[in-house]
Amino acid sequence: MSGLDLTLKIWRQKSSVDNGGFETYDVKGLNSHMSFLEMMDVLNEQLVTQNKEPVAFDHDCREGICGMCSMVINGRPHGPLKGTTTCQLHMRHFNNGDIITIEPWRAKAFPVIKDLVVDRSSFDRIIQSGGYISVNTGSAPDGNAIPIPKDIAEEAFDAAACIGCGACVATCKNASASLFVSAKVSQLSLLPQGQPERKERVNKMVAQMDSEGFGHCTNTGACEVECPKEISIEYIRKMNLDYNVNNIKS
Amino acid sequence: MNNYLTSNIFRKVLASLSGLFLVTFLIGHLLGNLQLFIPGVEGQTQFNKYAFFMTTNPVVKLLSIITYSAIFLHIFITLYLVIQSKRARPVQYAVSNGKDNSSWSSRNMSVLGTVLLFFLIVHLKSFWYEMHFGEMPYQYLSDGTKIKDLHLITTSAFQNPFYTFFYVFCMVALSLHLKHGVESAIQTVGLKIPSYEKFFKYGAMLVAFSIPAVFASIPIYLYVSSL
Ligand code: HEM
Ligand code: FES
Repeated sequence: MSGLDLTLKIWRQKSSVDNGGFETYDVKGLNSHMSFLEMMDVLNEQLVTQNKEPVAFDHDCREGICGMCSMVINGRPHGPLKGTTTCQLHMRHFNNGDIITIEPWRAKAFPVIKDLVVDRSSFDRIIQSGGYISVNTGSAPDGNAIPIPKDIAEEAFDAAACIGCGACVATCKNASASLFVSAKVSQLSLLPQGQPERKERVNKMVAQMDSEGFGHCTNTGACEVECPKEISIEYIRKMNLDYNVNNIKS
Repeated sequence: MNNYLTSNIFRKVLASLSGLFLVTFLIGHLLGNLQLFIPGVEGQTQFNKYAFFMTTNPVVKLLSIITYSAIFLHIFITLYLVIQSKRARPVQYAVSNGKDNSSWSSRNMSVLGTVLLFFLIVHLKSFWYEMHFGEMPYQYLSDGTKIKDLHLITTSAFQNPFYTFFYVFCMVALSLHLKHGVESAIQTVGLKIPSYEKFFKYGAMLVAFSIPAVFASIPIYLYVSSL
């Protein structure tokens, strides 16, 4: 087998103040069992042997759970496959001779640090503003002592599947962080331990989201399609309702 | 919380509520316009009396002020949000692939809205302005009184095929605007609970199709009957 030959058009940007632009690279003879990130590793080794600067990109676990990998591949965050992170996307989903365009997440609230690496600390600040429970809620046995209906537990767990990668922002035409924030609000507000701070939490997290410069939600539903954890926009509805009801009441 | 009124969620609620209010206005307006289907002098008389009532009744005046306010609010707030969302992504993607994850209408609400705004200006100039300030022909009623003949203005306007086509085209834009708009507004105000999702989805589609379709049938009917 001769392997996969690809042409890559990759966004290169030296620093946050550099303008940046696309560079084109050819990679040849790739194994189709490679992941997308392993393909990037091959490219980088090739660049190093040519004495060129390797492409900077974020990655950590490479098993779809940390949310670090973040590339827009042919116009879609994490590439064409449903419910898959870039690190779990394999080269067998591409064809010999494909031209693949790779770009960083694009949002004012996610400034590019270098090449494909963006600064997602705006997400951290949203979590810091209220995405926690202030008291120690104990360990697993303590949690299990509180009866929670199965469907509620499932719903909270589905929200908690969010890995905070930012694909929702990357794909949204308004660069809205609503899916991320609503998942982080809901995973706590659905459970008994989250009730005491429920009101304060949604108010603070929404305020922080707005002040970071994310856009508003126009319910296109693109985020739930592109989300590698397939988080539903139902959480956005819940968050909005919570936020509106809280503020209209007071 | 003090910044509720400046939050994007609240702004979006205003866009939704003003939009939904405009939908109820459309239904009322449509029911009135159905009188254009009544043939002959009888239809002409009834429509002109209706138009006279609509331009003079104080309750209708109040309703029209509310409607104009809703239109201004809707345009102002959506314009603000659209500009803001452009700012939220200063560098665009070289390749974007919206069709794989969202509907065309949901991505083009501002384009569709602009078509509707243009339509509104043309529409108000043709009928509202003429009725209030233009040189109107009169219909002489059997009891000897005369009444502004908006029926004649309307039926003669739609003898023009281009004008008729323009109306039908704009109703297609309205349909697409409502296709996303109504469902989106229901989601924004928090009503789209999962167990009623299908109901709202198909209900919204029904509204989005039927209102513009019946509206468009009037110019088509008037054009065809003028042939
Ligand atoms: C008869 C006239 C109109 C009706 C019934 C109507 C109705 C609606 C509805 C129900 C929505 C959904 C709100 C939401 O997503 O929560 C909407 C959104 C929108 N409308 Fe209209 N609209 C009308 C005219 C206009 C005009 C004249 C403009 C612009 C000049 C406009 C611009 C927009 C935009 C940009 C949105 C998207 C807002 C967003 O999602 O952020 N609309 N409209
Ligand atoms: S590298 Fe951890 S999710 Fe992709």
